[in-house]
Amino acid sequence: MSRALPKLSAKTLLSLPPAAYLFLLFALPSLMMLFASFRYPGEYGGLAPWYYLEEGSLSFDLTLENWLRLFESDIYLGLLIKSLFIALLTTAICALMAYPVALTIARARKGRRELLLLLVILPFWSNFLVRIYAWMIIFSPQGAMTIAINELRALFDLAPISLMFSNVAVITCLVYVHLPFMILPLYANLEKHDPRLLDAAQDLGASRSQRFWLITWPQALPGLFAGAVLVFIPSLGIFAIPDLLGGTDGIMIGNVIKQQFVESRDWPFGSVLSLVLTGFTLLLIGLAAHFGRARGSEGKA
Amino acid sequence: MLEIIDVSRSFGDFRALDQVNLKIESGEFFTLLGPSGCGKTTLLRCIAGFEQIDSGKILLDGRPLTDIAPEKRPIHTVFQSYALFPHMTVAENIAFPLRMAKLDKTEISRRVAEVLEDVRLPDKANHYPDALSGGQKQRIAIARALVNRPRLLLLDEPLSALDAKLREQMQIELINLQQEVGITFIYVTHDQGEALALSHRIAVMNQGNISQIDEPSVIYSYPKNRFVADFIGQCNLIEGRLEGWESGWRFAIPGLDSIPVQNNNEAFSSGQDCALSLRPEKIRLASRLDASPDECLFSGTVHDMLYLGDVTVYIVELGNGLQVEALLANSAPGRTRLFEKGDAVQIAWRHDAGHLVN
Repeated sequence: MSRALPKLSAKTLLSLPPAAYLFLLFALPSLMMLFASFRYPGEYGGLAPWYYLEEGSLSFDLTLENWLRLFESDIYLGLLIKSLFIALLTTAICALMAYPVALTIARARKGRRELLLLLVILPFWSNFLVRIYAWMIIFSPQGAMTIAINELRALFDLAPISLMFSNVAVITCLVYVHLPFMILPLYANLEKHDPRLLDAAQDLGASRSQRFWLITWPQALPGLFAGAVLVFIPSLGIFAIPDLLGGTDGIMIGNVIKQQFVESRDWPFGSVLSLVLTGFTLLLIGLAAHFGRARGSEGKA
Repeated sequence: MLEIIDVSRSFGDFRALDQVNLKIESGEFFTLLGPSGCGKTTLLRCIAGFEQIDSGKILLDGRPLTDIAPEKRPIHTVFQSYALFPHMTVAENIAFPLRMAKLDKTEISRRVAEVLEDVRLPDKANHYPDALSGGQKQRIAIARALVNRPRLLLLDEPLSALDAKLREQMQIELINLQQEVGITFIYVTHDQGEALALSHRIAVMNQGNISQIDEPSVIYSYPKNRFVADFIGQCNLIEGRLEGWESGWRFAIPGLDSIPVQNNNEAFSSGQDCALSLRPEKIRLASRLDASPDECLFSGTVHDMLYLGDVTVYIVELGNGLQVEALLANSAPGRTRLFEKGDAVQIAWRHDAGHLVN
């Protein structure tokens, strides 16, 4: 007992700084936002006082109005669902594109593997916004890609199109930005797969597609799930990319939240939207994790 | 019956298999034995279909296997690393080949239960492979490979990851299992003791060639060449020259007397340089020996010794500097060292104890 005690306290001590950090900068602000969602906005931004002391009597000034406003028009929930859809699509495209890349890296020779991994993380060496601006140039009407596509369309008597300020532009850029976050966990997973298991499956009569779906796929799921979380969550709340590339068409929930805080100066409603987004994210991740685990433990029961 | 006819396989400049010919009967426990790099695993992988052959033919019951994909061959492999699927339970692992063969569910669960009974692990059906010991994994891997009754079972050093005690127990189980199921086993190992214990016949391989195919006792007692003699068990190889006399064959050892030998090999003629292979356990050792007329006798000194528990190996140096290994069983109570280094001893062996190799 006396020996276990210092061990325990060392563990506790070590976890104190991150716990304090998370409490101060995540839990506390979230609680403040939850509180703010029941308050009135201040006249010039910020929040109005939540209680008044008049003639010695205390009165509270809290409201459910902000939450009800969410359902007054279908704009907000519609936008939330659209954002969910875009984030899911981004995740799916990232997964499809990342899988062959991750597999190639995992099966490459030792020295070559490091080089390929370096190439995957190379984009991080330049600034996020600079890379989005680069996409603005690519998508611009004078950009080589737009011109090429429109020349091609002209051959079939199709009207020219604009790539800029569209959902397509937003999704393309979202995929570009988040692809490494899918490749890396997927690589880490695939690299651990024992190739002899595929030999064994083939030896026991499994065809190529059976080997993939019965051996590789179930083992790759944890990596795929980790990558999906890393892609889905930031994609859902992002505002910089739809701001710069989306125009009015490509707007997402993140833009509206930012708008509430910065332009409309309606912090309470911004808090409501932000909390709803967080809630949805947690719900989806929770569901995915639950089903993932249920699948994994099917045989254990 | 499996026939391997003139099969060759090269990797770049390296000839892994060099015109190998082999015939394995149905129901046989056949072992491919050799040092690493001798081609035994390559041959196994060619039979399984994981490796293409450059030339030659592999026939199973007269039908060529070459154009059949590995997953379509009625041949299953037990891998050295077991290769159990970690995300499937024991029962799901064993059911895998049956699912691939599209058997119906009730039949699958019946056969899985049956084979789990056979390998005496019925209570492990719902465990994951991670929760099993090495010996249990081994049995499950064998059960999985046997469950849908392949024509051939290939075993690639399946016991090499087990400790010595468990290995011996598994060897006995393998022999019994093979007798029960009657399926042809082709077993690859570099462990000569394992090969001798398990097999009906052994093919000793060296550098992509087969050096000798015979029953274990023949391989041990009458090795065809120096390589086989040296690879299988401990062996003294005494260089010399064969001489034909009216009284019979004699073997002249440089610096020593010539001794009478048996010549079992028609290829050897008088005047030929060859080696006498002589197993240490065939040599008698004592401080003074009364040699019978059908024995040859030499005097020497103990040069070194190696205590192995059940026996002690003595290395005896003869007059011409030749060193001969002899064994003495430590059968008497407390008897471990009969002689010390430098002791004068005598050794003797029967004239027919040795076997000539080139």
